[in-house]
Amino acid sequence: MLLTRTYALAAAVLLAGTIAACGEAGSEGASESDVEVEVEVVANPDFPEGSTMAELAEAGTIRIGTKFDQPGLGFKSATADTPVGFDVEMGKIVAGQLGIAEEDITWEETISDNREPFLMEDKVDIVLATYSITAERRGFVGQAGPYYVTGQQLLVAEDSDIAEPEDVEGEEVCSVTGSTSIDTIEQEYGATARGFGTYSECVQQVLNGSFDAMTTDGAILLGYAAENPDELEVVGKVFSEERYGIGYQDPADTEMCEFLNGVITDSYENGTWEAAFVSTLGEAEVETPEPPAVDPCK
Amino acid sequence: MSSTLFDAPGARGLRRQRTASAVTVLVLLVLAGLAAAKLNAEGQFSVDVWEPFVTPDYMEALLEGAWVTVRAAVVAILLSIIFGTLFAFGRLSDRFWVRWPATLVVEFFRAVPLLMLILAMYLIYGEVIGKFWSLVLGLVLYNGSVLAEVFRAGILAVPHGQSEAAYAVGLRKGQVMRLVLLPQAVRIMLPAIISQSVVALKDTSLGFVLPYEELTKTGQSIAIEFNNYFATAIVLAVMFIVVNYALSRLAVWAERRMSRAGGTAVRAPKGDLMGGGGG
Amino acid sequence: MEALWDNRDLVLSGFGQTLLLLVVSGSLSLAIGTVLGSFRVSAVPALRATGTAYVTVFRNTPLLVIFLLTYYGLPELGIQAPQFWRATFALTLYTAAFVCEAVRSGVNAVPAGQAEAARSIGMGFGQTLRLVVLPQAFRAVIPPLASVMIALTKNTSLVAVFGIADATFRMRGLINNNPGDVYAIFGGIALGYVLIVAVISLAAHGLERAGRAGMGRVAVR
Repeated sequence: MLLTRTYALAAAVLLAGTIAACGEAGSEGASESDVEVEVEVVANPDFPEGSTMAELAEAGTIRIGTKFDQPGLGFKSATADTPVGFDVEMGKIVAGQLGIAEEDITWEETISDNREPFLMEDKVDIVLATYSITAERRGFVGQAGPYYVTGQQLLVAEDSDIAEPEDVEGEEVCSVTGSTSIDTIEQEYGATARGFGTYSECVQQVLNGSFDAMTTDGAILLGYAAENPDELEVVGKVFSEERYGIGYQDPADTEMCEFLNGVITDSYENGTWEAAFVSTLGEAEVETPEPPAVDPCK
Repeated sequence: MSSTLFDAPGARGLRRQRTASAVTVLVLLVLAGLAAAKLNAEGQFSVDVWEPFVTPDYMEALLEGAWVTVRAAVVAILLSIIFGTLFAFGRLSDRFWVRWPATLVVEFFRAVPLLMLILAMYLIYGEVIGKFWSLVLGLVLYNGSVLAEVFRAGILAVPHGQSEAAYAVGLRKGQVMRLVLLPQAVRIMLPAIISQSVVALKDTSLGFVLPYEELTKTGQSIAIEFNNYFATAIVLAVMFIVVNYALSRLAVWAERRMSRAGGTAVRAPKGDLMGGGGG
Repeated sequence: MEALWDNRDLVLSGFGQTLLLLVVSGSLSLAIGTVLGSFRVSAVPALRATGTAYVTVFRNTPLLVIFLLTYYGLPELGIQAPQFWRATFALTLYTAAFVCEAVRSGVNAVPAGQAEAARSIGMGFGQTLRLVVLPQAFRAVIPPLASVMIALTKNTSLVAVFGIADATFRMRGLINNNPGDVYAIFGGIALGYVLIVAVISLAAHGLERAGRAGMGRVAVR
């Protein structure tokens, strides 16, 4: 009896092993865009003594916090070593200007809860993680930019009656715990906000009918709508303004702020910003928006 | 077969049982068939949905996630055993200033949801100790407290004559505990320790919210990439069931060996096997 | 301390959700678990197998994965429901497996002689169960059931990542917005759970004693 069971088990393992070699999922997952972002790695960057930039350039490595579960902006596949996305590309551009090559970047996963703590506790040097600039946050950490401006919108099923934010009053709307979207949709439009871990979970639930709508930044929604054009659409006016900035550790570090702003504006001019957008968010056939003007450093 | 509730069935009884069995099986098959049809209509059986699970890269990623899970569980269980032993002794102490705090600690960590513990550890100490230790420490505080109760019951379950004889020979309380009671108690408690390992293994999935890259989180990355949430959930469930079932059989085997050797095994209270707030 | 007091309405509403989930899921899982328990001790092999399969699946899978299965599986099966009921469904399915085991151990704790005596005067399976075994099993079953309900209380915290604003969800929000008050916030919310658990334990003790008193009056020993 034991012997037969052992044989059966061995046979099952062999079978599983053979089948396991069959699949090719993810092999076409690489970017289909023809646009490659050419990140310039400055050879011998020159920075003022003692500045954050000089320290980083000397160290030769930088720790960047980004999202790992946000397709289009910062997403790390289960099989990849590094994340990809718009925020990731901008991060590489910043590192390049510090003379740090792609391979020397350490990517840390920052979720909405821990972006400030990670900066404040020196776990990361900069943060590019759909990080909206707010006055409160600028009290704790530095935020340069913005490098992208978007606003909250709604994502609904193709055949939905919901056309404007006002239509979700009293309805259940999906969003992500800890995001600004949750508070806005509850307080200003009277919807019941349901918080989940990732936007993808919300999209899945709009697709399968569990929710009538989800809300977050329009940029993110457009990406999802483009992946499912027959089933999802982005509707309604833009009802808030989200300005994505680059977080850095010390709010009083004006030199760092000016450096980052400089990198951002340069990227507008030399085309790397547009290339970064087109190869990530823009893949969804979204029109490349006008790059936003950066806030002056105080 | 007979049991306390019914006699061995006669001919008519057997027929009734067989009919009831057949009807049950039929009902289940119909339900399963309906479900399968609906799922098929929704495209849940298509190649796209299941392909990642036969692709070596993604299977490797899943197994890596499983390994991370097991690692965290093993560390958590080992530390829990130490924690449990310390606090069991604390609760059995003659000195009230040791007993009361020990009791408070154990009862507190058995009452608080594990998810809350892990989240709080990470939000408060995360930058210092990192995700692994946030998860593991939370697990240790909970499972250690459960084991403290189990160990206490185990030590109390050693036949009283053993400790009486030890005292008669002149050993002090500490020596009695260490040299006579504890070794025998460990044998009694082995099945419970294994069962609690099952709980710890299940509870590591809570690392998902930190987010810690254990099995469930890895599954989520795959689900995001391929939009196959339901299939991924099924694969995760199967993996957990296989491992935990094997562990449970181990516990049952250990318990049987125990009773053959003449002792009665001690078990954790039913509820503690459910996992502490998310297990 | 301040943050907790200022937001007491949020904290209270969070615990309101926790209690609601506990009561609804608890009652439903008690009912379903008892039925499953009777499957497992039944004479019909298929029913026994169904019960065993159910328990094996739900006892060995983490609750988190059960949530994923129900949240993403039910819609594929065409079943839609508001958030609260989806969460309740997942919690009930999970807890019912443990209620089943608790009931089974309670039934097995009743001395065999009781059921034999019942059968010898001609009672059938259903009557034996209902009139003789279950009432006596009731007393034996209270401690494990209390443990299961306590565990359910803690398990409700999982809905915090599945869209319901329970006590743990509120704790997370409060800690994020008030990083200075972390210990007070954690302590306050923990205290809430400890209170609920204490109430359940007390109620269980009370029930046990009442059961014993009841038994004492009827016992023919």
